[in-house]
Amino acid sequence: MDKTWNNNAWFLVLPVLVLVAFSAIIPLMTVVNYSVQDTFGNNEFFWAGLDWFEDTLHSERFWAALWRNLLFSAIILAIQIPLGIFIALNMPKRGWGVPVCLVLMALPLLIPWNVVGTIWQVFGRVDIGLLGRTLAAMGIDYNYVQDPLDAWITVVVMDVWHWTSLVVLLCYAGLASIPDAYYQAARIDGASRWSVFRFIQLPKMQRVLLIAVLLRFMDSFMIYTEPFVVTGGGPGNETTFLSIDLVKMAIGQFDVGPAAAMSLIYFLIVLLLSWVFYTVMTNYGQGDER
Amino acid sequence: MARIDLDHIRHSYLSNPQRDEDYALKEVHHSFADGGAYALLGPSGCGKTSLLNIISGLVAPSRGRVLFGGEDVTDLSTERRNIAQVFQFPVIYDTMTVFDNLAFPLRNRGVAEADVKRRVTETLEIIGLADWAHRRARRLTADQKQKISLGRGLVRHDVNAILFDEPLTVIDPHMKWVLRSQLKELHKRFGYTMVYVTHDQTEALTFAQTVVVMFEGAVVQIGTPAELFERPSHTFVGYFIGSPGMNVIPVDLDGATARLGSQVITLPGAASPSPGARIELGVRPEYVRVGREGMPIRVLTVEDIGRHRIVRGTLEGSDIAAIVPEHHELPSEPRVQFDPKGINIYANSWRQSLGA
Amino acid sequence: MLELRNINKQSGAEKHLSDISLRLERGTLNVLLGPTLSGKTSLMRIMAGLDRPTSGTIHVDGVDVTGVSPQKRDVAMVFQQFINYPSMTVYENIASPMRVARADRKSIDDAVQRAAALMKLTPYLDRMPLNLSGGQQQRTALARAIVKNAGLVLLDEPLANLDYKLREELRAELPRIFAESGTIFVYATTEPSEALLLGGNTATLAQGHVTQFGPTIDVFRSPVDLVTARTFADPPLNTISADKTGNTFVLESGVGIPAVDAIADGIYTIGFQPHHLSLTPSGAEAVALRTVVAALEITGSESFVHLRFVGADWIMLTPGVQDFAVGQEIEVFLDPRLLLVFDGTGRAVGQTPALAA
Repeated sequence: MDKTWNNNAWFLVLPVLVLVAFSAIIPLMTVVNYSVQDTFGNNEFFWAGLDWFEDTLHSERFWAALWRNLLFSAIILAIQIPLGIFIALNMPKRGWGVPVCLVLMALPLLIPWNVVGTIWQVFGRVDIGLLGRTLAAMGIDYNYVQDPLDAWITVVVMDVWHWTSLVVLLCYAGLASIPDAYYQAARIDGASRWSVFRFIQLPKMQRVLLIAVLLRFMDSFMIYTEPFVVTGGGPGNETTFLSIDLVKMAIGQFDVGPAAAMSLIYFLIVLLLSWVFYTVMTNYGQGDER
Repeated sequence: MARIDLDHIRHSYLSNPQRDEDYALKEVHHSFADGGAYALLGPSGCGKTSLLNIISGLVAPSRGRVLFGGEDVTDLSTERRNIAQVFQFPVIYDTMTVFDNLAFPLRNRGVAEADVKRRVTETLEIIGLADWAHRRARRLTADQKQKISLGRGLVRHDVNAILFDEPLTVIDPHMKWVLRSQLKELHKRFGYTMVYVTHDQTEALTFAQTVVVMFEGAVVQIGTPAELFERPSHTFVGYFIGSPGMNVIPVDLDGATARLGSQVITLPGAASPSPGARIELGVRPEYVRVGREGMPIRVLTVEDIGRHRIVRGTLEGSDIAAIVPEHHELPSEPRVQFDPKGINIYANSWRQSLGA
Repeated sequence: MLELRNINKQSGAEKHLSDISLRLERGTLNVLLGPTLSGKTSLMRIMAGLDRPTSGTIHVDGVDVTGVSPQKRDVAMVFQQFINYPSMTVYENIASPMRVARADRKSIDDAVQRAAALMKLTPYLDRMPLNLSGGQQQRTALARAIVKNAGLVLLDEPLANLDYKLREELRAELPRIFAESGTIFVYATTEPSEALLLGGNTATLAQGHVTQFGPTIDVFRSPVDLVTARTFADPPLNTISADKTGNTFVLESGVGIPAVDAIADGIYTIGFQPHHLSLTPSGAEAVALRTVVAALEITGSESFVHLRFVGADWIMLTPGVQDFAVGQEIEVFLDPRLLLVFDGTGRAVGQTPALAA
């Protein structure tokens, strides 16, 4: 794309560059620095080479947490993307319903993460929570503190409640950009509801879906606050995701070196998977171009 | 193919229309003959697109009935009316190949795959895209995309009519000539009933056998291109068709002569409009002869547009335009005469018949 | 004066503009004529300062302004899409350039009222642009360009989305309005007829090249090459290949057309406008050609007769309503003095058609 040029513009970007340097590049370099050293406190550091990386890659604890992360992201994407598309398709296109729906959809997005966690933590408690009590009254044995499956369900439902709206809003924006003539032409061509979705709506939503998948993947893969508040990683280590493990290691056990190595591996995985999603989705449907 | 009858159609976008002004479409009662080529011509907001959408079933009329081949289809949905429509902006299914785009309406209707292949191949041949069959549709040029839109209609042999909603809007001028003559050829070859909506007089007049001129929700004249040109029934038609439009000059009527300031113009016949009506003389620039004879005009501008020149000036205080052929000399003190066969008389904007 | 010197524009492997040099004088109307993607918009964006040329320079009154941002240039631009500030009234939309320039209230009001009157917008000044018709919205955008009183006004197919008749009226108004203010007026269009109606000067563009620049009617009558002649013809230019031997152009069908100019023997492309074919001979030298009617388009006053001739498809524009059957063989006449002749490389050779005074 062509852009207007003006060298003064660099000065406008400078504050952001400084900010990025302090918030991303410098911490990242610090982490890299930690990851190749060992310390026993007192600010004394020893060269450790790639030992921490080796240790991490051989640690069962790491692989278990990574597996839980992948499973969690897969579940989240499998639920939120179709559900988001479904809701967006069924939202009104014009009239008074539009603003009402948009506001309702935006509401969960406005609530801070830890508050969401707290809400669900209380909501699900068997002693005082509405959900917990109701389920108990219905004879369902539900306890997220003790039962791993219940804990997972709670965290997944909470995330779906919190973030499906984002997918809905993105898809809705994509759908709104389709001219009426497309729907009219499809009716004249005798297309079924499914064909309209498959050949008009889905292709036109491709770009926003890419954004939605990337955002939801990255966000769910780095989930921390909600499970930390609700389950604290338990029962046992059943909901201990990489991020929670990382914090335990770095803050709880003060194993700065291994934690740094782990966070770098974590970072590379996120980067790699995001790239894979991006490439697959942008190339989709263009492969057999002559 | 079928004859299309519009039986006292009225349409309003308001839920409870009361007065005449509430109607976007005021009483259209007309038949489109089987196999005819029609154009609905008018400025934006005249109701032509509403009328087209009523025919296709995308809009349900507030009053009146639509009949295809004598059968009432007013309550039938678009897909069951068996029509094809080409829209202003090309509608193509991006992810499909050209072939699949054309096959889509057939497959949706459960046509056997062997038939699909035969008919799509045939249609691709007709629209000249046979070499592109297995390309993805998204990379094509605007005119190719518009041909695909058309092809999706042609591929169905049972369509009652093909409707066009300003289909050449996004097409380059040179391509317009090609597409237009291809449309004409298709019409000749297959005899589809075609209805073509446009605001462009050249497109309407060159495409259609019969042109329906619309203005503010009403039909003002229905006729052949020649009728609309020679005998516009309303001054709006005179203005809207022709470039420049018809000269409309206020005159006083006296039997078979019209007085314009100090000038007297002999009419081809006498008109007898109702007393007190506003009388105007209409004459197209093509029928204004510029030379040394006739009524003196003051020339304001002469526009040379290549194949002829447009002389604009004033005659007895009224604006007048004349068309002068390419190699025709303009005298220094130009005068004008009106060709009697091009003179029309209007009373309150409606054309009066001129008796002997 | 606006001067473009050897402008090139390339993005990636695609070359949008190739070595364009143009001089546009103050108080002139300049039409950029060419099909979609011929480079009109790219050239305008460079004139406006929205894009920087890959190479070449832009000078305003002798001062190099290459690289100066559009905000600092004295330029107004109107696009094909109707672009207005949706949350401002028509009045505020028109006034906006003067508000930016911090003009006083009185002179803003005067200028807005004057521009609104010119564009017939006075009754709509309190309305919001989105509640207006397309024509009114575009007139609002045009009024804003007038009020800006810029030295360079760029209109990129401003009437393309408007009704035919409205286009005709605005097309007559625009040159007059902008001519009064002494600005350099640049108007991009795909339609040859629009260029002819606007008059002024025309630069024809084809695939990123300016093929010719000069007074509009001269470019139309005496194109320097075949590409220009084709670009500037609506209906399309009729052409046919001919072998010149002695004093005659011999066509594939064997028919000979007398050659008016003294040029070397060889293969040429001859071209002529659709209205130069006629049903009756225009003079003693007119050549009769036997053709077959392929299609017929009647506008009510004229007929476009699509013809097939050995080795060519032609269009004849002839007055009156002609009633030919498709497939019918008819005799048409061509005046050899009106031919355009192009050599093997597409350059025009010989003189300008004799009658085109």
